Amino acid sequence: MGTKDIEIESRNLNLWYGDAQALKDISIPIQKNMVTALIGPSGCGKSTFIRCINRMNDLIKGCRITGKVLFEGRDVYENDMDVVILRKRIGMVFQKPNPFPMSIYDNIAYGPRIHGTQTKRELDKVVEDSLKAAALWDEVGGILDKPALDLSGGQQQRLCIARTLAVKPDVILFDEPCSALDPISTARIEDLISELKRDYTIIIVTHNMQQAARVSDHTAFFLLGEMIEFGETKQIFESPVVESTENYITGRFG
Amino acid sequence: MTRQTRERMIEALLFASAVTAVVIVLLIMVFLFKEGAPFLLKFGIHTFCLGMEWNPIAMDGEPSYGIFPMIVGSVYIAAGSLVLAVPLGISCAVFLVEIAPLWAEALIRRGVELLVGIPSVVLGFFGLVLLVPLIRDSAGGFGFSILAGSVILAIMALPHIISISADAITAVPETYKQASLALGATRWHTIRNVILPAARSGIVAAVILGMGNSIGETMAVLMVTGNSPILPAPFYDVLDPVRTMTANIVIEMNYAAPGDHRQALFATGIVLFVMVAILNAISHRALKSKMEAGR
Repeated sequence: MGTKDIEIESRNLNLWYGDAQALKDISIPIQKNMVTALIGPSGCGKSTFIRCINRMNDLIKGCRITGKVLFEGRDVYENDMDVVILRKRIGMVFQKPNPFPMSIYDNIAYGPRIHGTQTKRELDKVVEDSLKAAALWDEVGGILDKPALDLSGGQQQRLCIARTLAVKPDVILFDEPCSALDPISTARIEDLISELKRDYTIIIVTHNMQQAARVSDHTAFFLLGEMIEFGETKQIFESPVVESTENYITGRFG
Repeated sequence: MTRQTRERMIEALLFASAVTAVVIVLLIMVFLFKEGAPFLLKFGIHTFCLGMEWNPIAMDGEPSYGIFPMIVGSVYIAAGSLVLAVPLGISCAVFLVEIAPLWAEALIRRGVELLVGIPSVVLGFFGLVLLVPLIRDSAGGFGFSILAGSVILAIMALPHIISISADAITAVPETYKQASLALGATRWHTIRNVILPAARSGIVAAVILGMGNSIGETMAVLMVTGNSPILPAPFYDVLDPVRTMTANIVIEMNYAAPGDHRQALFATGIVLFVMVAILNAISHRALKSKMEAGR
C-alpha cells in the first residue's frame, strides 16, 4: 500500500491502565477516506486504541500513554492540543446506542449548538442533512420532537451516527457499532459506512470478521495489546502472513 | 415444625410488621383529626388558615385563632432554606461525583455524614449564640429572624440534598457523558446540559423532600426566629422575626387549656400535616412524570 494521504498515524503507542499494559508499541497509518477495520479477540486493545485517537482515555483514572498519535501530522497528546476541537473533528459512535434522553431533534442539534450554530434555520438544516446522511430521515423526519429513546435499537444507533455527523467531523471512530443490533439493522449500518467513506475517514472496531471483510479497505489484527498484522483487507483475509492472524480469521480461536 | 409452617409463620410475622407501621400512621392521623377537626369545623377553616391574629387567651373580648402569619412563617423559612441549600447542595453533589479526586470525595462524604449527626437543638444553640448576634450586628434588626431560621434549616437540609442529588447524578448512565464529551462538549457543558437534566427527577425529589423536612423542623427554628406570630412587614423583610406552625405547637402546648386553645394547636398540626403530605405527593408525581418523560 502507498503512503499517500495518511490522516492519522500512531507511532510506537504504549498504554497502561495502572500497571497493566494494554497497548504495546502500536504503529498504524490510517488513510484518508478509507475504512480501516480493527479486529481481534476481546480484550486485545482495539477499543482502547481508537479511544486514544480522540483522547477518550483521558477520562480513565490511572491511564498512562507513551508514543504519538499524529492527526494531520500533529500529535494529539501535545500539551496545547484543544481536546474540544480534536473531538469535534474526530467523532465517535459507541458500542451501545447512547442517544441522550431528549427529543430526536435535540440529540442531533446538541453538537452543533456547542460549536456555535444557534439559529433555528441553520439547526433545522443540520438536523435534516445529518438524518438524511444517516439514512434515518425517512423514518423520523415527521417525529423530530419524539423522545430519541422511543426509537428501536437500530434507529438509535443511526441517530447516534447522525449526531456525530452533525458536528461535521473529518474522521469517525466506530467502536463495535453493531454488536447490540439485529442482522437487518447491522446491514443498514454497514451500507451506511460504505456510503460515508466518500466524505470521512473511518476506523471501525469489530468482532465480526465478515463485517470487517465487507466494509473495510484495510485491516489491523490485534492480539493481547499488540498489533500483529496490518494490510489491505483482501490480503489479510486471503493470505495473512502471520500464523495467529490466520488462526483467528479461520475461527480457530477468538 | 415443618418447613412450610415455619415459612408461613415468618411470612405472617413480616406481614404483621408491615401492617403495624401503617396502623401507627393511621392512628396518629385519626387522633390528630379527632382532636383538631371539630375545632376547625366550628371556627371555620377559612378564618383559621387566613386569620391574621393569634390571640388565644384574650383577657378581654373574644380570643382569636388566625394562623396565617405562621403559615407564612413556615413557608418563608422553608423556602429561604432551600434558596440557600439547593444551589450549594447540588453544586457539592456535582463536585463529589464528577470532579473530586477519590480522597476529596471520601473527606467530603465523611463531613456530610457528620452534619447529619448533629442534633437540631445543637444547631439551634449554635444559631442562637453565633448567627443571631452576627445578623443583628451586621444587617440590623433583632437578629432573631427569617434569615437566621433559613440559614440553620439550610445547614440541616444540606446533607440530605447532597446525598440524594449525588445518588441521582451517579445513576446517570456513563454512556450519556461519553457521548457528550465525544461530540466535543466540555466537562461543564456536559454536566449542565446532559447530566443534570438526566438527574433532574431525583434532584427535584430531593428538593421537595427537603422542603417537607424544613417545614416540619421545630427545635432549631424555634431557637432563632423570635417566634412572634405576626407577618413580616414589609412582606419581604427577611430580618423580621416570625413564628412557624411547629413552633406554635411547642410553645403553647404546655399551657394551653383543654378546649378551644388546645384544639387550635391540634388544628395547626392538621394544617402542617396536610401541607407536608401535599409536598410529598408532588415529589412523587415529579419523580414519576419525569421518569416517564426521560425514558
